Amino acid sequence: MTANLLLEAENVGIQFGGLKAVQSVNMHLNKGELIGLIGPNGAGKTTTFNMLTGVYEPTEGIITFDGKKINGLKPYQVTKLGISRTFQNIRLFKDLSVLDNVKVANHNKAKHGIFASILRLPSHFAGEAKMEEESIEFLKIFGLDIYKDEMAKNLPYGMQRRLEIARALAAKPKLLLLDEPAAGMNPQETHDLMELIAFIRKEFDLTILLIEHDMHLVMGVCERIYVLDHGQLIADGTPQEIRSNPKVIEAYLGEEVVE
Amino acid sequence: MKKSKVFWGLCLLAIIFYAVVQVMISGGILDMYYQSILIQMCINIMLAVSLHIIIGITGQFSIGHAGFMAVGAYFSAIATMKLGLPFPVAILIGAIVAALAGLLVGIPSLRLKGDYLAIATLGFAEIIRIIFLNVDYVGGAAGMVITNLSNWTYAFMGVFVTILVIANFTNSRHGRGCISIREDEIAADAMGINTTYYKVVAFTIGSFFAGVAGAIYAHNFFIIQPTTFGFLKSFDILIYVVLGGLGSLSGSVIAAIFLTVVSAYLSGYPEERMIIYSLVLIIVMLYRPTGLLGTKEITSLFKFGKRGGSKV
Repeated sequence: MTANLLLEAENVGIQFGGLKAVQSVNMHLNKGELIGLIGPNGAGKTTTFNMLTGVYEPTEGIITFDGKKINGLKPYQVTKLGISRTFQNIRLFKDLSVLDNVKVANHNKAKHGIFASILRLPSHFAGEAKMEEESIEFLKIFGLDIYKDEMAKNLPYGMQRRLEIARALAAKPKLLLLDEPAAGMNPQETHDLMELIAFIRKEFDLTILLIEHDMHLVMGVCERIYVLDHGQLIADGTPQEIRSNPKVIEAYLGEEVVE
Repeated sequence: MKKSKVFWGLCLLAIIFYAVVQVMISGGILDMYYQSILIQMCINIMLAVSLHIIIGITGQFSIGHAGFMAVGAYFSAIATMKLGLPFPVAILIGAIVAALAGLLVGIPSLRLKGDYLAIATLGFAEIIRIIFLNVDYVGGAAGMVITNLSNWTYAFMGVFVTILVIANFTNSRHGRGCISIREDEIAADAMGINTTYYKVVAFTIGSFFAGVAGAIYAHNFFIIQPTTFGFLKSFDILIYVVLGGLGSLSGSVIAAIFLTVVSAYLSGYPEERMIIYSLVLIIVMLYRPTGLLGTKEITSLFKFGKRGGSKV
């Protein structure tokens, strides 16, 4: 099992002043898994994401990714190691074209330096052409290539969500963190999105950690689920186990699942 | 490719423009007065474009640009007047020292955001000015007397190189990185952009060309005084960038040309000049809050049917 381990969080917690937002979270993600992270509003799901991606530095515990300790690394360093994410409230580069949004994330795989670009050396043209080609490939997967010259802010909502995932994928992660990817989508769009997620997972050999409110969706696709409440993990297990866990029902799922 | 055709076309136009003006100067059609306005215009374009990369591209609100201009002006003047070095070398020295100053100021202050950064850069520019004011080696408050070495060729070369470097930088993965910081710093960071690094790079490049502008300015006016590089000068430069449209290189160039012409015509009436100047700004901000060109470039206006997209 350890050979398969991609991410491990041991006793991770964070304190903002006197407030313990998240405490003693233990998680492990194996390569290739699709894991759900659920919990009521304010449970600390996004805070956990922010710790995993370097936005916040945990005040306790250790996070290891791919054998390396990643506590205290800056977000861009974490991204370079292979964790990429989307945001709950879409954070696209609004005044950049759809293509350029993806190109920004593709940045780290390119090698040409600042002077090569300023002097327009051959390595600049080669590097930029490669970025363009790869970025268009990513757009095609998400059906966004027809919008490539459009400003990101002009895309319809569902397309913006897709673009965020395309962008995260262009950073070539091993682990993809999706923060409520289906928020605000209608059932059809959600369904399409889940198929897409399943597809990219296979295609790019990804491990995915998913925050989602749509129970139906989480129960349907995730292999294992972690449940957070008041900053603490209260349960983890397969969807069936979570469904029947009394703590979870009490904290979060309520009557709906019991019926 | 299509983009490089546009690029070479613009280069060719620039060279033709240079040659025509040069012929007019040699032929005596443009007298000293017009020459000096042209050089002033070039200096302002360089200042505008060098601030554009900091504010318009990277989104870091710096209002101390005159400080870096001062560094370029004084150090190039020291190089020519005290050390007897040739003018092109002096320009380079002024620019490099200005870039170093930018690096020095940038590393600590670029952690700050928005208004805080603005105040910090303003403070740094004042510190630079006060230092020159109190150093007798460069003449203190009385200023430093300098031979007139600038001419149309130097000024034009300065503008050409400034625009070329900054446009090339912007249209690369590095420029996109900087724009992504402007658009959303948290997302840029999460996409693997080293935000601090690119902010400092943009700041340093901007300071470098402010230094070039300062060097050419110093050798255009026989004398430089610390008061010239006060915060009013910084605001003048800021106005070019905002009026032209934050994020538009050609916009800041056009605004710099326009405002240089306006203030040249109004130079006889200094009080009214400031009123008209301010009125122009108020009107533009009311009717075009994004500036003359917004984030678009003048070249994109000719591409019919193509929307938005990248610059130059």
